[in-house]
Amino acid sequence: MLTYIIRRIVSLIPVLIGVSIIVFMFIHLIPGDPVLAILGERAAVENVERVRKQMGLDKPIWEQYFLYVGKVVQGDFGRSIRSNTPVMDEIRAKLPATAELALWAMIFAVLIGVPAGIISAARRNSVFDTLAMFVALIGVSMPVFWLGLMLAFVFSVWLGWLPFSGRLDPTITLVPHTGFMVLDSLIDGNWKALSNSLSHLILPSLALATIPLAIIARMTRSSLLEELTQDYIRTAKSKGLAERTVLFRHALKNAFLPVVTTIGLQVGALLSGAILTETIFSWPGIGRWLYGAIGARDYPIVQGVALLITFIYVSVNLLVDISYAFLDPRIRYQ
Amino acid sequence: MAELVPPDATTLEFKYSFFRQAVRRMWSYRSARIGFFVILFFVLVAICVPIFWPYDAKSDSNLPEKLQPPSWAHPFGTDQLGRDVLRRVAHGAPISLQVGLTAVALGLAVGSVLGMIAGFLRGWVDSVIMRLMDILLAFPATLLAIGIVAARGPGLGNTMIAIGIVSIPGYARIARSMVLSLREREFVSAAQAIGASSFRVLFRHILPNGLSPLVVQATLNIATAVLEAAALGFLGLGAQPPQPEWGAMLSDSYKFLTVGAWWPVLFPGLAIMLTVLGFNLLGDGLRDALDPRMLVTTKRF
Repeated sequence: MLTYIIRRIVSLIPVLIGVSIIVFMFIHLIPGDPVLAILGERAAVENVERVRKQMGLDKPIWEQYFLYVGKVVQGDFGRSIRSNTPVMDEIRAKLPATAELALWAMIFAVLIGVPAGIISAARRNSVFDTLAMFVALIGVSMPVFWLGLMLAFVFSVWLGWLPFSGRLDPTITLVPHTGFMVLDSLIDGNWKALSNSLSHLILPSLALATIPLAIIARMTRSSLLEELTQDYIRTAKSKGLAERTVLFRHALKNAFLPVVTTIGLQVGALLSGAILTETIFSWPGIGRWLYGAIGARDYPIVQGVALLITFIYVSVNLLVDISYAFLDPRIRYQ
Repeated sequence: MAELVPPDATTLEFKYSFFRQAVRRMWSYRSARIGFFVILFFVLVAICVPIFWPYDAKSDSNLPEKLQPPSWAHPFGTDQLGRDVLRRVAHGAPISLQVGLTAVALGLAVGSVLGMIAGFLRGWVDSVIMRLMDILLAFPATLLAIGIVAARGPGLGNTMIAIGIVSIPGYARIARSMVLSLREREFVSAAQAIGASSFRVLFRHILPNGLSPLVVQATLNIATAVLEAAALGFLGLGAQPPQPEWGAMLSDSYKFLTVGAWWPVLFPGLAIMLTVLGFNLLGDGLRDALDPRMLVTTKRF
């Protein structure tokens, strides 16, 4: 098992080097002089030189790359061009908001998607199955930002039940411990902040959850259906086991492997979906920050956030692979 | 001709090519038929609208009639500049279909050629190509597309390129495994034995026999491409206003939701959803119809 884990981690090294090269090259993909692209054509010469030096663009390209990687490994993602604050500090301040949003979205997606998939497979071709799979197909076909907007219109503009933007009403004070507002308000026993932060979370996390939810439900169903056609299921049934036992004790265990992979892959969808969802709901996380940085051509932020999201994505996939080996012993020995 | 052999199951099987069988089988799925007609509808709109209902986005503005709710004169209402939403949604069809098809064509062409080369040559070429694909796959797709457009500059052209690049690894992997599974087959050895060049073996013998997973992937990929193009348009990175691209229309109008104007947001979004749904339905149907396991079951019964 340990050798398997080590082998998987080692195989990631070339991928991570490649990712770092692509993120580094980003600034050189910009047509023309990147410094002029950032500051505008009519920027003062001394400003141009300052930014060029600050970004290390006056050095040969291979030296720039090694300097860049050396800094990134130490957690230095450079400084924002607009505010001159270290990108890493801002990420640390903004990541909890995105993590909280993505976590709730994932909880929704798994808690609704997996049972829906199981029921659909167990009651194949029933009204529930047809309806659930139709809704799931609509779910994967919908732009997540559009669903967010329509939800916001119905529940906040029209009905006025839920807030449209932000994480917490400005009138409510909350001491940050973890940066996760629901957790922070629980720690302090601040019930007003708890209900307020939850009400802010519902719409954006539901919008963000839709696509992963639909994909997880479809995957659970098809994986379980495939498992139910296997010979050992027929054996179990012919032994006279209850249908419930066959479904939950036999089929589900094996059907779960592809579902776990799918759930892991959805982390990428959640993080890039967060860019759109946070923009719509004015959610103060790294997604909206990235969106603002692209508009302002604040490239060190774009690079830093892209690198961070990709790193999280790659790590989660690694964890999924390892958990897969835990669940299925055959994989370890390949 | 004195004696006619009555057609039985076995002769029927060989009468039609694999693809004709697959199309027939696909046509038997109601969902695939619905998908086909939805796509057909949008294709017809995309072809007819520029001819019969021309539109100049640059000069279109009618401020006195801004943000009118749906009515007989404007079935989809008007937006913040008084532009007819129905007309703009209709003119968004050719843009979205063009982006989807071009991006998929780019990804399919580059990805499958790379994958086929990797699978056919093996060795270090295979390693280099597939490691590169792994690196591209390490990025979440939408993020990579956003990054490419952010670097190259906003616009429809760069949107198509970015979405195309993002889809390359998927095709490369499918094409590679397709070549790996077919290269040891007898018809390939036969072609090589009569002196066919590698190029000919790959593109005339292997490719036609392993096309179906690529076709399925491409169909489903058009759906994702349309969605990603809309997302880029919404973020201001894709089509630029006043172009009537659906994502860009949403980003233009969504600020007016707070004053109750839902129609300039609802209809472009519905158009995106229906188009994507159409390609997803057709792609799912194609996948089921082209699945070789389905072929076995239809032969057996």
